[in-house]
Amino acid sequence: MASINRRVLPGFSLTLGYTVFYLSILVLIPITACFLKASTLSLHEFWDAVWTERARAAYYLTFGAAFIAALMNLVLGLLLAWVLVRYTFPGKKIVDSLVDLPLALPTAVGGLVYASLYVQKGWLGQYLVPLGIRGAYTRLGIVLVLIFVGLPFVVRTVQPILEDLDPESEEAAASLGSTRWQTFRNVILPTLYPALITGFALAFARGIGEYGSVVFVSGNMPYKTEIAPILIVARLEEFAYGEATAIAVVLLVISFIMLVLINRLERWSMRHEY
Amino acid sequence: MKSSPRLSFFVLALGLIIGMFLSTSAAQQEVTLLNVSYDPTRELWRDMNSHFIPLYEKQKGVKLTINQSHGGSSTQARAVIDGLEADVTTLASFLDTDAISKKGLIKDGWVDRLPNHSRPYYSTVVFVVRKGNSKGINDWPDLVNKPDVSIITPNPKTSGNGYVSFFAAWGSVVVRGGSRQDAINYVTKLYQRVPVLDSGARGATTTFVQKGIGDVHLAWENEAHLEVAEAKGELELVNPPISILAEPQVAVVDANVDRAQGHRDAAEAYLKYTYTDEAQEIFAKHFYRPSNESILKKHTDVFPANTRLFPITAIAKDWPDAHKQFIGDGGVFDSIYKPKGR
Repeated sequence: MASINRRVLPGFSLTLGYTVFYLSILVLIPITACFLKASTLSLHEFWDAVWTERARAAYYLTFGAAFIAALMNLVLGLLLAWVLVRYTFPGKKIVDSLVDLPLALPTAVGGLVYASLYVQKGWLGQYLVPLGIRGAYTRLGIVLVLIFVGLPFVVRTVQPILEDLDPESEEAAASLGSTRWQTFRNVILPTLYPALITGFALAFARGIGEYGSVVFVSGNMPYKTEIAPILIVARLEEFAYGEATAIAVVLLVISFIMLVLINRLERWSMRHEY
Repeated sequence: MKSSPRLSFFVLALGLIIGMFLSTSAAQQEVTLLNVSYDPTRELWRDMNSHFIPLYEKQKGVKLTINQSHGGSSTQARAVIDGLEADVTTLASFLDTDAISKKGLIKDGWVDRLPNHSRPYYSTVVFVVRKGNSKGINDWPDLVNKPDVSIITPNPKTSGNGYVSFFAAWGSVVVRGGSRQDAINYVTKLYQRVPVLDSGARGATTTFVQKGIGDVHLAWENEAHLEVAEAKGELELVNPPISILAEPQVAVVDANVDRAQGHRDAAEAYLKYTYTDEAQEIFAKHFYRPSNESILKKHTDVFPANTRLFPITAIAKDWPDAHKQFIGDGGVFDSIYKPKGR
């Protein structure tokens, strides 16, 4: 950092100042407030609030469902991005814009629609429920809506990388005798790893925080389909602000650790490209 | 959290400037009240305001506007605690008004400031069943004894409707002479027949009406009437012989009304008005039980006289005690769902 006054671009201190300011107003101050509120509890009270059997079941469900949904999105998102970049077909523009819809739709609407589709009398439920597939008021339902809300992230992170991909390297691989599958696995996929991991992390984080859609589709049965944010709402209902924020802090800390790990994985994958 | 002194000074100064501006620019005194209420009362208070405002304006020569805010009752209480400048609160439960009072925004002893424990109207929990009531649900025991009955009621932990229904179910056993263990057995069986615990009253209504799940919906009387009316013959209302006396209370928010001139006077007149015969009729029209006995008796077609409504004191010391015992962490409700053998 000795050459700090020799930067090519001007305005470093100004832009850094802005960045810190925005981050503080939008992220750091609210999170600090959250931690401060939780710190009004004694250690014992904190532990009692966040580590009940019921709370553990809820964390397990929240992180598990978000993880599975993000994994599904990894596969589906890559597939979708591939189709959107590599092929032309009528209505492609429409499909492309449909991908962003889950971001714009109030998630509560998504949850309500999913629930009414998959209940026994619903459009899909009338065929699926007799087969034993229950997509409403079950853990499956939670995963389904989380796939829905997380869908855009993988698609939108992978898409630009795929578009920029140099066709020459694929042609080179083909001319050197690799099969189409080998080309995909050894040439294309490695360049996509960082984008895939970013998309996965975004979808995963989105799933952990999701509340609006899940409450409508999960049925909120304690120990079975109750997600952690519901516990926060339950505590607020008792006007127990401290306990409610304590649970929020646990969610924040676990999410933060997971995102740091995912970030590391991403950097590792970038270093090991090709 | 404490805000910095400089910031609060700034806000104060800004408030003063705006206040001065408003008071000098208005030729006639203008008062704008905010009534913070819960979800289904929108129409009720709109109706009430349209009757009260001309009356007050004529009496006092003040231009009065009443704004309304609606949402989940405890969410609304938290908004007031966090700084929503309500002049009056008209919330669904004692617990919500009490929580505001505990933060010092409403003076102690607020319950006795207005007649009838600050309760101009009341309500109760009734059953909504599907057309024909083929499962024969007429009383609380039917909910657990009749075969294959599935019940829709929101989560008592996250919904005011939910816990009032729980208390009603509990009381239906103990007020009739059942023991605590009988009541525990009863509510356990009841909640085992609840397929979906929606987080709020709206969600539960959607589950029951739109998605067609469940045979009976435990609902507040006023909402049940609207639900049945909207279903156009697909649903029926059943008044169980015994149920809870739900106490939606009204209060003037002392900390907010003294901030500006004319607010306290208008707010107090507003709430007093709700006890007049005219206002009591408005409550009845919107399916809330008027506290005035003689007006209630005029509407026995809507509010059957033979329903026994027990007060919260029949099952606990008071509302906070009931909530703590039955719904709070480690309470009876938690034990229902605890997986066995652990």
